[in-house]
Amino acid sequence: MKILVTVKRVVDYNVQIRIKPDGTGVETENIKMSMNPPDENAVEEALRIKESGKAEEVIAVSIGEEKAKETIRTALAMGADRGIYVKADSNIEPLAVSKILKAIVEKEKPELIIMGKQAIDDDCNQTGQMLSSILDWSQGAFISEIKFKDNHIEVTREVDEGLEMLKLKLPAVVTCDLRLNEPRYASLPNIMKAKKKPIDQMTVDELGVDVAPRIKQLKVIEPPKREKGIMVKDVAELVQKLKHEAKVI
Amino acid sequence: MSILLLAEHNNKNIMSSTLNSITAAKEINDDLHVLVVGYKNDSVAKDLSSIPLVKKVLQLDSSEYENQLAESVSPVIINIADQYSHILAPATTFGKNIMPRVAAILDISQVSDIVKIESGDTFIRPIYAGNALATIKSMDVKKIITIRPTSFDPAPTSGGNAAIEKITQLKNQTKSEFIRREESKSERPELSSARVVISGGRGLQSSENFSMINDLADKLNAAVGASRAAVDAGYVSNDYQVGQTGKVVVPDLYIAVGISGAIQHLAGMKESKVIVAINKDEEAPIFNIADYGLKADLFEALPKLSAELDKLNTIQK
Amino acid sequence: MSNDVKHEVMEYDVVIVGAGPAGLATALKLKKLNKDLSVCVLEKGAEIGAHILSGNVFETRALDELIPDWKEKGAPIKTKVTKEKFLFLNKKSSFSWPTFLLPSIQKNHNNYIISLANLCRWLAKQAESAGVEIFPGFAGSEILYNDDLSVQGVKTGDMGIDKNNNKRDNFEPGIEIHAKVTVFAEGCRGHLGKQLIKKFQLDKNRSPQQYGIGFKEIWEIDSTKHQEGLVMHSVGWPLDNKTYGGSFCYHAENNQVYLGYVIGLDYSNPYLSPYDEFQRFKTHVTISKMLIGGKRIAYGARALIEGGIQSLPKMFMPGALLIGCDAGTLNMPKIKGSHTAMKSGILAAETIYEHLTYKKDLSIYEKKFVNSWAYKELYSARNVKPSFKFGLIPAIIFTGIDQILFRGYLPFTLKHKHSDHESLLPVNKKLKIEYPKYDGVLTFDKTSSVFLTGTFHSENQPVHLHLKDPNLPISYNLAKYDEPAQRYCPAGVYEVQRDREGLNPKFVINAQNCIHCKTCDIKEPSQNINWVTPEGSGGPNYANM
Repeated sequence: MKILVTVKRVVDYNVQIRIKPDGTGVETENIKMSMNPPDENAVEEALRIKESGKAEEVIAVSIGEEKAKETIRTALAMGADRGIYVKADSNIEPLAVSKILKAIVEKEKPELIIMGKQAIDDDCNQTGQMLSSILDWSQGAFISEIKFKDNHIEVTREVDEGLEMLKLKLPAVVTCDLRLNEPRYASLPNIMKAKKKPIDQMTVDELGVDVAPRIKQLKVIEPPKREKGIMVKDVAELVQKLKHEAKVI
Repeated sequence: MSILLLAEHNNKNIMSSTLNSITAAKEINDDLHVLVVGYKNDSVAKDLSSIPLVKKVLQLDSSEYENQLAESVSPVIINIADQYSHILAPATTFGKNIMPRVAAILDISQVSDIVKIESGDTFIRPIYAGNALATIKSMDVKKIITIRPTSFDPAPTSGGNAAIEKITQLKNQTKSEFIRREESKSERPELSSARVVISGGRGLQSSENFSMINDLADKLNAAVGASRAAVDAGYVSNDYQVGQTGKVVVPDLYIAVGISGAIQHLAGMKESKVIVAINKDEEAPIFNIADYGLKADLFEALPKLSAELDKLNTIQK
Repeated sequence: MSNDVKHEVMEYDVVIVGAGPAGLATALKLKKLNKDLSVCVLEKGAEIGAHILSGNVFETRALDELIPDWKEKGAPIKTKVTKEKFLFLNKKSSFSWPTFLLPSIQKNHNNYIISLANLCRWLAKQAESAGVEIFPGFAGSEILYNDDLSVQGVKTGDMGIDKNNNKRDNFEPGIEIHAKVTVFAEGCRGHLGKQLIKKFQLDKNRSPQQYGIGFKEIWEIDSTKHQEGLVMHSVGWPLDNKTYGGSFCYHAENNQVYLGYVIGLDYSNPYLSPYDEFQRFKTHVTISKMLIGGKRIAYGARALIEGGIQSLPKMFMPGALLIGCDAGTLNMPKIKGSHTAMKSGILAAETIYEHLTYKKDLSIYEKKFVNSWAYKELYSARNVKPSFKFGLIPAIIFTGIDQILFRGYLPFTLKHKHSDHESLLPVNKKLKIEYPKYDGVLTFDKTSSVFLTGTFHSENQPVHLHLKDPNLPISYNLAKYDEPAQRYCPAGVYEVQRDREGLNPKFVINAQNCIHCKTCDIKEPSQNINWVTPEGSGGPNYANM
C-alpha cells in the first residue's frame, strides 16, 4: 500500500505574527517558517504504518512556492520515501488544493491519505474532507488513533462531545491533530540521506487543474483590543455583575 | 432564494450551536430553512419549528442517519442545494466534518468559522488562531459557510410555528460505519470547549489548594485550567495548561485565580467573552484585560465566592 | 547519559560550531581555498539567524576580502550611515558632542546599518551553494577528544530526553562528528569554548575576561521622526558614573529603528537591573519623543565580550581553533565585533588549509592573527575599556588623549584586574534602586518582552541551567546580594518565590524563558550557574536582529 501525506509550509507556531501596516496580510518575509504541526503528526503516523509492514511507500506532497520543497525535505528527513512538489501561489484555496491532490492520487494510486486537520495559518479545516469527497472515499476527520484491521481501518475521532469510533473502508482520507502521536526528530544522518531522495516536480497546468481563486481577501486586521474593565469591591458584587450584567452565570 | 442551515442535534435536543447559527443565518436572509437529519428526531424537528426565526424545517428521519456520518449527510444536502443561495452550518466538529464534502462536490470555496457577517458575500473570519481577523469576499454564486457559534447570540426558542417537511432518504452509503461514541469521562466539560473556565495560578501555592478551584468548577459547571507556573510547580498536570503553548480557550466566562497574567497565558484566553481576575496584587497585568477585577487574597475570596454561588442556585448549564 | 547509547559517527575535514559571522566566514573561506574539503556547520538555533543579535553598524572590511562582489550578489547591506551623533545624557536633557571631535574609532562614514541576522542568512546561502553542509537545530553539546587529548570533534545533543533525564518515546541519540580540525565559533561565552579555555589553559597570563550585556529592541516609528542612516550613541543617564555602558540607536530602512543598551557586567550594585536601566533609558526625552506613536516589534538580549587584547585567550589548541566572540575579538570602543569575527574566521580557514595541505601546526594561527588588521585595531583600542575604572569623566578625558593624541599607541597597557562576577558588592554596601513602573507604551514588563523573542524550549526536557550547588541561591546569594539573578537575567528565568506569609523563599528556574544570552553564566557571584545547550532548536527565534 502507498500512503500519501500532505505537508504545508507555514509561519512557525512560535512566531508572534505581525500584520502588515497596509492591512494586506501577515508579514512572512524573513520570518521563520516550518512544517504545519499537525502535518508532522501525519508524516509520523504514515511512517509508523510503513514500519509496521502495512505500507511500502510514503510519499510527501507539498503545494506552493519554491520553498515548499524544504518542507518536503523535512518529511523525507523524517523518513518519507519520496516527494512531490506542485508549484502554485502560496495563498491557494483548499478547494484548488483538493483538486490538485486528486490529480496526483489518480497517478499514484495510494490507498490511504493522511493530512493534518488544518493549517495554522488559514485555519480552514477543509482540504482533507474536500479531497475525500471528490474522490468518493471514506473520511476520518480529526483522528487521534488509527488501527488496521484486514481490509479496513478503525479510527477514533475527537469530537466536541468526546470520542467517536468509526470503521472506514479503504481507500480513505484521514485528517489528524496533535494528539495522534509524538513526531520523531529528523536525525543528522537522515537529513543527509534525505538530500538524495527524489522530489518530482510538476505544475498545476500539467495536472490540468483550475486553481483560480474564488475568495478575495479584502483586509487583515488585529483583533480589537479589550476595553478596560472595572474593579469590583467584593465577591458579592462580582457575582451580581456576572449574573445580571454579563449574564454568564 | 432561501438559505439553508444544517442543524446540529443529538436526535433528542437541538445543540446550542444551532441556536447561535440561526441568529447568524438571519443576518444573511430572513427566508431560513433548517435541515435536521437523523433518526427518531421528531422532537428536534418540533423544537426547530418553534423557533420564530425559522421559516421551514426539513426533516430526514431514517435509521441510516442516526449517527450523522459525513458520507451519509453530505449527499442529502447536495441533493437539495440548488434551491438555496447560502448553505450554512455551525463550525463545530459536526459542521466541519460535513460541509467541506458538500462544498467540494458543488465546486464552491467554503468560508469557514465566520465571526461576523458584513453582507451576503462578505464575512470576517479569524486566521492564525485568532491573532488576526480577515475580511473576505466570496465570489462563488452559491456560498457555503460555517459559523463560529460563540460570536452570535442564541435565537429565541419559542413562539414560532414553521412547517415541517419530511424529505426522503437517499441510497445508503457503505464507506463508513459507526462503531460507538464515548462521552467525555469527566463530569466536567472539556477545557477546549467549555462555556466557563476557572483557572488557578501560582498563587494557589500547592496542589492541595487546587481543590478550591475544583469545587468552584463543579458549582459553575466549568472546566479547570491552570497557568504554566502552576503546572511547572506541579500543582496540576500539563493538560490543564492554558496559554501560548497549552490550550487556547474562548469560553463565555474565564475566571483567573492567582494568575498574574503573563502574556504567554493571556495568549491562551484573551478572546474569552468575559474575563474575571482575582489576585491580591493590583499591579498584576491580568487586571489590564479583565472585565471584572477583584483585588483580594484568593484564600479569602474563593470560599466567599462559593457561598455566593450557592445563594444563586440557578447556574446556567 | 550517552554511555549506554550507540552514537553514529559522521566524518568531515572541518566541523564548525556556530553559524554566526565567524563560523560562516570560516566555512566560506575554506571552500574558496579548496572546494573539495568537506565542511559542516552546526547551529543550535532553529534556523540561521534565530540566535543572532547585534546593533549593527557594519564595517565591510572583512566581507570585502571574503566576497569582494557582495553587492552584486545581493548581500543585505544597503543602509549607508549618513549622520552620526554622540550624546551625553543627564536626567532631563542631553548634550551633543561634536562629531568632528570624535576619535576616528567612533566614526562610521563608510559603514552600513544592517541586520546581522539577515547577513548571516545570506552568508549561509552562499556557503551552501559552495557545498558547505549547514545543520540548524543541532547543538554542539559535547567536545570529543582523541586518545592524545587533541580535539577529535563534537557530539550533537541527544534529542527526546524528559525532564527527569529519561529517554522519551522519540529519543534520538546525538551524532558524533569527527573532523581533522574543529572550529569553535559559538559567540560570546560559548559553553564549549569555556571548557576549552579551562582544559587547555588558553587564558594563562591573560587579564580576566570582561563582558557586557546588550539589549536590543526594534521599533517602527513615525516616518516624520525617522532619519534613515542616522547612528546615535549615548553615555550618561540612567547609569551612574561608575557603571560602564551606553546606548545605541540606528535608523534602518522601513521606518525602523534599532535601539539598544549595553551595560558592563562589572557593575557593583547587586540591586542594579540591566533590563530596567534599558527600559527607563527609553523615557529620556530625546528617545521618548522619537518613540511616541511608534510600535515595539522586537526585543532581545545577549552578552558581549569586552576584554579586548588583554583578555584574548590563545586561539589554537591541538585539533581545534577558537574564534570570533567565542575567543573575544570584539572591539568594544568601536562598538563593533562582526568584522573582526569574520576576519578571525578567514584566518582560521587559511590556517586550516595550510595545516591540512602542508602539515603546518595550527599554532601558525597566532602569527597570522597578530599580523592582521584585526589585531592592530584591537591593540589600539585596548586601553579604552579599562580606563572606565576611573569613572566616566576621567575615562573620557583619558580616551581622548589615548585615541586622538596617541592613536591608541600609549606606551603601556591597562589591565583588567577582576572578573565581572567578583565585582558585586553585598547589599549592605549599596542602595536599592527604585525603577519606575512599566507604562506599556515606552516601557514593558519582562514577560511581554520575552514573548517578543519567540523563545521556545520544549517543556519536557532537563533544565539546561545547571547549579553546582542548588541551595546556594537561597542559602547564600539571597542574604548577601538579594539574589541578583532575579535582576541580571533579561528574560525572567530566575525568581525567588515566597509563600503567603512571605516566608520560605524558593529559587525557581523558568528555563523555558531562556534567550541564551549567557549573562547568568558570567555574572553569578560564585560561578554557580553553568549554562549548557538545551535540546537543539530551542531558544529565541529572532527574526531580523
